[in-house]
Amino acid sequence: MSGARYWRHQDQRYNMAGNECGVCGSRFFPGKTMCPNCHRRSVGKMKKFYFNGNGKIITYTIIHEGSLQYRNQVPYLLAIIELEEGDKVLGQIVDCEASDLAMGKKVEMVFRKLGEQGKSGTIQYGYKFILK
Amino acid sequence: MGRLARDVAIIGVGQTKFGEHWDLSFRELGIQAGANAILDAGIDSGKIEGLYIGNMSAGLFMDQEHIASMIAEEVGLTKTNIPATRVEAADASGALALRQAVFDVASGSSDIVVVGGAEKMLDVVSDVASEYMNATGDNTWEGLFGATIPGLYAMMARMHMNRFGTTREQLALVSVKNHKNGSMNPLAHFQNQITVQNVLRAPPVAEPLGQLDCAPVSDGAAALVLCDLRTARDLCPDPIRISGTGQGSDTLSLSNRSDLTTLGASRQAAKAAYEMAGIGPGDIDVAEVHDSFTIGEIIAIEDLGFFPKGKGGLAVEDGSTAMGGQIPINTSGGLKARGHPLGATGIAQINELVLQLRGKAGERQIKGATRGLAHSVGGTGGTALVHILEVV
Repeated sequence: MSGARYWRHQDQRYNMAGNECGVCGSRFFPGKTMCPNCHRRSVGKMKKFYFNGNGKIITYTIIHEGSLQYRNQVPYLLAIIELEEGDKVLGQIVDCEASDLAMGKKVEMVFRKLGEQGKSGTIQYGYKFILK
Repeated sequence: MGRLARDVAIIGVGQTKFGEHWDLSFRELGIQAGANAILDAGIDSGKIEGLYIGNMSAGLFMDQEHIASMIAEEVGLTKTNIPATRVEAADASGALALRQAVFDVASGSSDIVVVGGAEKMLDVVSDVASEYMNATGDNTWEGLFGATIPGLYAMMARMHMNRFGTTREQLALVSVKNHKNGSMNPLAHFQNQITVQNVLRAPPVAEPLGQLDCAPVSDGAAALVLCDLRTARDLCPDPIRISGTGQGSDTLSLSNRSDLTTLGASRQAAKAAYEMAGIGPGDIDVAEVHDSFTIGEIIAIEDLGFFPKGKGGLAVEDGSTAMGGQIPINTSGGLKARGHPLGATGIAQINELVLQLRGKAGERQIKGATRGLAHSVGGTGGTALVHILEVV
């Protein structure tokens, strides 16, 4: 992923910055330009919202054939997490064994390295999750 | 709403063998399928008024965009400068190309058009091919964090197993059935039979899914000749009518779906296609569904209304989806055994149904089949299409 494309979403990936609809109060991660419930009534009324990163696992998998960026890290654990403040997010679960995972387990967000752009390129950071 | 302005029929089908074509280029595969379809239709190529090509990513796989023009040139249709259109919706590209071609003929804009699907995947190594396929999911918010397409389907599988008691063996049986069907299809990528033990012992890809739960990386092309039904009756002894077409969409990212045990896009596409055809799931004799992963077939046969939600695994286990069962699914071998050259898959499904409805499917023929359904999915369900075919 190019430097500019990564940099553009730095706040989202570093701090889980999403947003909240000023009309209906729904929260979104990643943030949306327009609320899918309120449509044009929400234009100009979306407010930035920082998620605390706490949530629970709703489903997960153990990846043995990883994408190129992570192929030296297999097996790695991937889950869809329901955030306690609203919306869902996909992320890796780290610092635990596959056998520790279960649906419903609570997790919290941690700041980790995701990858790098080639051997001498920018290091990309972002969120992962650990079991609580 | 929900009706075509005039009836559309298929008068010719053609397909290359699916598999590893080290000696054939994209152009050669495309022309082979197209020429077979035109020969099958028995028409003069001068009568063709338009060309539609379903292709997911010639750009990624072979650094070539603008392939509609390339194929038109290769098949000699540039002399008449007829319109050639490339259509993309991940691995539903072929089915979406068919839908656009149906609209072209139904509107009266054209009488005869050719629609093809093609993908050349093996010119890149397999982990690069997998990486390109990951682009059919949300790469910015899921792929970057380590999601792969098998991984996303694996998370759907775990949810389905947890909620409905679907078993690992039931998933494996999808693959076993499709390989058995594929063993009777001379154009299939894999024509070998496998056992449940083979599937369970295969190396894991994304748990609970293993290598034999996943459709292969294949090269291949397939094509159809479409014609308005009135003209078709004069040109062809056994035209097959396209009585329903439906399309649906859903979130690109899997994490944004409210229910991971169903594809909303498939349900919408099926509803629209059944309504247009004026029939229901119980009227279908044979179906080709999108089994890019074994769990995909189980979710599909539920979403299409063949079985209640949660009972798909059981239906596979009790033989309801086998040849001779209540509703035979993927008689061609499905994506798993026939092979899955992304853009070609949606057209190959239609090829199989046309053979079944003509009564020319050889040893895998379903006796007396008069109505068939094809179901195609892009990625993890961001797009889905359903087509219904009927004997005239």
